[in-house]
Amino acid sequence: MKDEIKLMKGNEAIAHAAIRYGADGYFGYPITPQSEVLETLEAEMPWETTGMVVLQAESEVASINMVYGGAATGKAVMTSSSSPGVSLMQEGISYLAASELPALIVNVMRGGPGLGTIQPSQSDYFQATKGGGHGDYHLIVLAPSTVQEMADFVGLGFDLAFKYRTPAMILADGIVGQMMEKVVLPPQRPRRTDEEVRQQCPWAVTGKAGGRKRNVVTSLELDSAMMEKNNERFQRTYREIEKNEVRYEACYTDDAEYLIVAFGSIARICLKAIEEARKQGIKVGLIRPITLWPFPYDAIKQTAAHVKGILCVEINAGQMIEDVRLAVSDRVPVAHFGRMGGIVPNPQEVLDALKKDFINPTEA
Amino acid sequence: MTDEIIIAGFGGQGVLSMGKILAYAALENNMEVTWMPSYGPEQRGGTANVTVILSDEAISSPVLDTYDTAVILNQQSLNKFESKVKPGGVLIYDPYDIHHAPTRTDITVVPVEAMEATIQSGQAKSYNMILLGALLKMRPDVPVEAVVRGLKKALPERHHHLIPANEEALRRGMALVKE
Repeated sequence: MKDEIKLMKGNEAIAHAAIRYGADGYFGYPITPQSEVLETLEAEMPWETTGMVVLQAESEVASINMVYGGAATGKAVMTSSSSPGVSLMQEGISYLAASELPALIVNVMRGGPGLGTIQPSQSDYFQATKGGGHGDYHLIVLAPSTVQEMADFVGLGFDLAFKYRTPAMILADGIVGQMMEKVVLPPQRPRRTDEEVRQQCPWAVTGKAGGRKRNVVTSLELDSAMMEKNNERFQRTYREIEKNEVRYEACYTDDAEYLIVAFGSIARICLKAIEEARKQGIKVGLIRPITLWPFPYDAIKQTAAHVKGILCVEINAGQMIEDVRLAVSDRVPVAHFGRMGGIVPNPQEVLDALKKDFINPTEA
Repeated sequence: MTDEIIIAGFGGQGVLSMGKILAYAALENNMEVTWMPSYGPEQRGGTANVTVILSDEAISSPVLDTYDTAVILNQQSLNKFESKVKPGGVLIYDPYDIHHAPTRTDITVVPVEAMEATIQSGQAKSYNMILLGALLKMRPDVPVEAVVRGLKKALPERHHHLIPANEEALRRGMALVKE
């Protein structure tokens, strides 16, 4: 059967993709600009088709702890929220990571700090990639720039989360959450049977009928020697993820004299700026990190070897720029351009920033 | 062919819906399309706008600073977007309640008496479709038939009996554009 092309919002695509993946449960609480995830799931009523549970919890804290409970039983469970709601979830996310549980968390970012604004932002980069909650842990962080990627990263996020037994996050923003464009949804998969869950997740607490040792899911370990061993195991997993799962997209980098690094929807705004720059004879390339953790340090380092300057464009005050500077060890000048508070830069502003920093640094 | 369109007016005038119907029409016409709304409290009043990009090619930025085509429904939006129409572009506006008409001479300015036509027709909800008709007349990016098919997708089934009235409003809007 030919794939049906649909027109929908990024938030709606997340909901449909979760059902199609065969997810077992969604627990969430409404917040702009991601409320359509929960609304779409409620409208689709997957509990009557695939058996997927959809529950509006009383808060984000409850949502993430429902995810914690569901994940402990080996089920494919998820939540979604926007920046202030994701801040509320950080304790639970740290517990999920420490308990080595797979889960999918979606953050459709809005402008902060605090309750901030409902308009798009990327100011939760630090929170998503550097911890957010307490302790030495990482999330696998995927940054979609299209509605198609919003749909695709649901399956990818779950697959990676189960492969490495660690929570994954889709770090989107109000633009890609709210915009509509074409999308082809993945085929409908059946939810795993209880037997399949037991086989895939021998660690899960599934009810013990005898014959196997008791499974315990906890983040607590009062014996420091044991807790250090746990941490060493987490770190080994993170090294494996760093080795295997770095993803990025490179455009116009072969002959680039300048490089823009941008993630998510702003990368598309940059692409338009780059196309205009090239019309004016300025050779600019783009690297769009798709995994923000693990970060594509090597790709940026290699491309940086033949460029005169790097402009990091983010809808924040400068967060990813720290990883870009780590990648190039300051051997290449790295500048930042961004807007804050929910203001989204347009292509002309990006081009102006590139010129101001690198092309005509004296005019400004 | 690429048409970068801004549609702007008051929340409640059907700005986002007009863009959505156009986007579905583009989908029906096998084109690439993005629909990027201003979202949030505008739905309950204040100014609302939507950027719709239709193209034969892949679309990069869904956020723009200049536009090929503007459809303007109130004074605030005219003040905001008149200067952002590309030279040679098209600005369609409803003169109803506009006190300072557009002054640009390097673009095609098209007044469309859509509010008057809506009042005469007695069908208050046809307002945005009249303007969409005017847009299609000036920018035949998609055939009217594709818009009608798009309406079927954009509207919930319980409203499908209104499609003939919408089509009529579209054609009335096309006729309002003076040659």
